[in-house]
Amino acid sequence: MSEAVELDPVESKMWITVTINGSKDTYLVEQRLTLADFIRKQVGLPGTHLGCEHGSCGACTIIMGNRAVRSCLLLAVQADGESIETVESLAENGVLSPLQEAFHANHALQCGYCTSGFLMSLVARLREGPIESEAEAREALSGNICRCTGYTGMVAAVMSLSSANGQNGEGV
Amino acid sequence: MKPSRFIYHAPSEVEEVLELLSEYGDEAKILAGGQSLMPMLNFRLLAPAHLIDINRVTGLDNYALGDSGLSVSALVRHRDLELSPETELAYPILHEGLTNIAHVQIRNRGTICGSLAHADSAAELPSILIALDGRMNVRSKSSRRTVPAEDFFRFHLTSDLDSTELLESVDIPAMTRNSVGAFDEVTRRKGDFALVGAAVVGTWSEQGTIEDCRIVCSGVAPTPLRLKEAEEFISGTDLSDEVLIGVQQLVTESLEPTEDVHTSAEYRKKVTGVVVRRGLARLAGQRRVINV
Repeated sequence: MSEAVELDPVESKMWITVTINGSKDTYLVEQRLTLADFIRKQVGLPGTHLGCEHGSCGACTIIMGNRAVRSCLLLAVQADGESIETVESLAENGVLSPLQEAFHANHALQCGYCTSGFLMSLVARLREGPIESEAEAREALSGNICRCTGYTGMVAAVMSLSSANGQNGEGV
Repeated sequence: MKPSRFIYHAPSEVEEVLELLSEYGDEAKILAGGQSLMPMLNFRLLAPAHLIDINRVTGLDNYALGDSGLSVSALVRHRDLELSPETELAYPILHEGLTNIAHVQIRNRGTICGSLAHADSAAELPSILIALDGRMNVRSKSSRRTVPAEDFFRFHLTSDLDSTELLESVDIPAMTRNSVGAFDEVTRRKGDFALVGAAVVGTWSEQGTIEDCRIVCSGVAPTPLRLKEAEEFISGTDLSDEVLIGVQQLVTESLEPTEDVHTSAEYRKKVTGVVVRRGLARLAGQRRVINV
């Protein structure tokens, strides 16, 4: 199984068409390139971070087809024809989204490395309906790992949103 | 981190998948949800020469729930079934198992059949499929066969599939009106691999006794483990507190679980008894609900 594969350098690349944060474009990608590396290096959106690169930490979470997914566990070629949202889609003209603002106000980040993954997980979750209890907030945060905050600030941020904005996923 | 080079195939028909499998066999891996395969590729624990991505194959992303049971095709994702109220109603035990699989971001992508073919000994679905007497529909270019779930898991990460075969779908027979099931597991943190999991199923007779019991544990052996002695112990009883304490003791004393970096064999023994008792206690509770 480990014999080297002779690949034609052109053959080993494929054209894909992807809509990223609303703009549709066509790219020539290497077949073995992960979606995370594609987004960061080829598209040039470094807000999606890589922590563990095996699906445990959640730092690379993006939204594809309206579902939160780990971009380190997908190949770029699998995103052909898909619509993707990254953390760069949240703020508009430099103005933070309500969810980002709540993170800021509640000290929900320290080093910030994991933050984009948390934000994208929460955006997808809030589109399914409001988070109404601390237990639901912790469940919504459970697929991502933060090594600084102890999560307390993030729970507070999510809960502050529910009281302040009647959160329903729109505009979070 | 980056996978080794491979040749990527994205067929659109099952027949093409089977053709590729027959041509490349050991040199190829099927990519379905990728939630277990992609980490292994990223770490280069696996370096297949050919990757056969089945995500664009037509007709594999559906499930059907009818009078005879549930049929789940190869591309149905954990989250699809988890969000199906009909499936939750028909198989509460399956729903419980699904919500215990990793986290929503993983379930959004991971597939039922992929988890089963991966055959991780700590995973939820293999035990549940055995408890529900599921059937695996396996297909290669030249043959089709159906394997009972109980015979499908050979070793940790090893199923009965040979290198030219695809797990095309799984069938789960319908639960009868008086059938009950429960799934429970112990993890260090929610979403982690289970230290121990237990899928328990039985049928309440009109006399108020539990029959046709299956107790299947994950995480204690290289494959899901049916605890037949414990099944016999509870069969024909009313699952009273005395029976539950007895079966917990039996499981704890008779089991010889595996030891690994996550926990000792001694702790697994104790926890397995507890998890089995908890699952069975819930079957006892469900007896009152179905009123036999």
